[in-house]
Amino acid sequence: MKKFNRVLSLLLVASLVFIAACGNNDKNGGSTSSGGAESIYFLNFKPEIATVYEQIAKDYEAETGVKVKVVTAAAGTYETRLKSEMAKSEAPTIFQINGPIGYNAWKDYTLDLKDTKLYSYLSDPSLAVTDGDGVYGIPYVVEGYGIIYNNAIMENYFALPNKATGVSSMEEVNNFDTLKAVVEDMQANADALGIKGVFASTSLSAGEQWRWQTHLANIPLFYEFNDIGGYDSTVLAGLEADEIKFTYGNNFKNIFDLYINNSTVKPTLLGSKSVADSMAEFALGQAAMVQNGNWAWNQIAEVGGNVVNQEDIKFLPIYTGVAGEETQGLAIGTENYLAINSKASEAKQQASVAFLEWLFSSDKGKAYVTNDLGFIAPFNTFTDEEKPADPLAAEVMEWMNKDTTAVAWTFAAFPSEDFKNDFGDALLEYAQGSKTWEEVSAVVVESWKNEKAK
Amino acid sequence: MQKMIKKYFALFALPTLIAFTVAFVVPFVLGIYLSFTEFTTVTDARWVGLDNYVKAFKDPDFLKALWFTAKFTVVSVVSINVLAFLLALLLTKKVLGTNVFRTIFFMPNLIGGIVLGYIWQLIINGILYQFDVTLTSDPKYGFWGLVVLMNWQLIGYMMIIYIAGIQNVPKEQLEAAKIDGATNGTILRKIILPLVMPSITICLFLTISNSFKLFDQNLALTAGAPSKQTTMLALDIFNTFYSKAGFEGVGQAKAVMFFIMVALIVVIQLGITRRREIEN
Repeated sequence: MKKFNRVLSLLLVASLVFIAACGNNDKNGGSTSSGGAESIYFLNFKPEIATVYEQIAKDYEAETGVKVKVVTAAAGTYETRLKSEMAKSEAPTIFQINGPIGYNAWKDYTLDLKDTKLYSYLSDPSLAVTDGDGVYGIPYVVEGYGIIYNNAIMENYFALPNKATGVSSMEEVNNFDTLKAVVEDMQANADALGIKGVFASTSLSAGEQWRWQTHLANIPLFYEFNDIGGYDSTVLAGLEADEIKFTYGNNFKNIFDLYINNSTVKPTLLGSKSVADSMAEFALGQAAMVQNGNWAWNQIAEVGGNVVNQEDIKFLPIYTGVAGEETQGLAIGTENYLAINSKASEAKQQASVAFLEWLFSSDKGKAYVTNDLGFIAPFNTFTDEEKPADPLAAEVMEWMNKDTTAVAWTFAAFPSEDFKNDFGDALLEYAQGSKTWEEVSAVVVESWKNEKAK
Repeated sequence: MQKMIKKYFALFALPTLIAFTVAFVVPFVLGIYLSFTEFTTVTDARWVGLDNYVKAFKDPDFLKALWFTAKFTVVSVVSINVLAFLLALLLTKKVLGTNVFRTIFFMPNLIGGIVLGYIWQLIINGILYQFDVTLTSDPKYGFWGLVVLMNWQLIGYMMIIYIAGIQNVPKEQLEAAKIDGATNGTILRKIILPLVMPSITICLFLTISNSFKLFDQNLALTAGAPSKQTTMLALDIFNTFYSKAGFEGVGQAKAVMFFIMVALIVVIQLGITRRREIEN
């Protein structure tokens, strides 16, 4: 027993020493983790383009001799991965935050980028994540989402002899009432159109709810915050709001009901559907419409047996029955901001910034960005010819040039992941019939208040 | 010989000791330390005292998960052990193909929890689809789904342990009892059960601790849907740690409490069942 005690105390001492060592690491972590800047580390957020980044890293090393280590977090695990990678001595030097809320979580780790060339490249400097005078996150891609539709199926519908609406082209669909009439008539004629349902399934299984609790939720809250005067943007208004009223909740219900009641599956089965299911239904021509963004192009194109022609893919804004929505455009914005690790060594920070500046301003880097990564980059270093060619990105740019008002990505102001999950869970129960709409509304309002109070 | 062992004790114990320290003691002590701090990554922490524990107790999700886990543990421990014991009895009789059946029943135990979770999700949803509902429609589907999954996975393993116990029961005693005119029921209650007590101790320990700590299967099968009503403790801790910014310390505090709870329960269980074991 005595011996055991001695061993035990030895172990405890050993672990205390380990803790102390960890603590020390933190103070001079910068100097120990780096000699020179011969290598930088980029933790990538987008798995769908991981291989492109690896190619870029190889080219960059060949050109400058600086080694870029690219690690990609699996879908939906970025925060988890970032937390564990940041604790290592070779921590990521370039990482990504998702806006002001993400900045809040990582502000001890983000470098001020005010004086970098990268910041000066931004075509609209107000897009960056700022805090006081400092600039901590640089957006690198502009994205848009709305209702993606398959024009071939729409043309079939417009040509139907027995259609009940007077609508004969998508140009006429510019508000919720028209959309609803068309969708419901299409659903009634689903067999004649050769589809299972108008909308691809509303994916509500765990981890697959972001299209509703983030993107669709953006629409009513954008209008709500837009009504509050005195702010530069709806995001700023949202960040200041300790409580919400969910004034436009019924508009959310309008479109959500339309989605789940005119779909390929019954509303009670949505708890088992994923985004991939939904995109596959669209790609296989079983559904005519699906809500998603321009990043979904790859997912559509890669489905085996894809029957959708590239030129038939179009975008429609998400109409919810708000007064004056005829001039509403797509929801356009970004949640992808690059940040530099402020705890990395000075040399590594410089090398990281240099890499990003190369990527977004050199001819070679820009070619990668537009052709391979498919980004609509928000930098003034890109000319009009240097824009991505995929049909959805092209549609987004077309909508940006139309005479419509884009819906800003207001969800950057949503208080936490938990708020979104509470919202999504309530939507699932609503679709399954175990919650009424009033209860869903109450959950949204309550959850916002609680999460803000934390 | 004794002297030799004494002399080289340290040398031989060292590799294991190092592995144990690095992989268990250090993370464990570090984990307890972190539960009293606020941190984003585990290398920079700020001392906040008992704050995290207070927050953890105030979290309704934690208590809900605790209750759900307790219910699940009771149901699955009883069902697994009863079924495993019955199977063991059956497969120690001289029936054709017992070895084949033993292997088949043991196999589910070799599949990882995440895979099992998804397999069962497909199976259960496939059945529920006929009635226009899914696993997420009602928390009771998730609960029973988890119970079925856990049974399927652990029955085979427990069965093997029980078989070993039953085979150790001396033939003479059984024969003597039969000659004395004991019925099968009496033999089971008065001879077999007391003699397999050591197996029961182990099986109860394994099933209680595994049910309490269940994570992968829970994550894959329901992930807590609908509205966190099927979240078990381990999953709740994971969610607290990773999906709430600023709540890493609270997650850690929950984990420490979780450890204390599991340790207490199994120590009590071991104490009770050990006392009922008899020397063969």
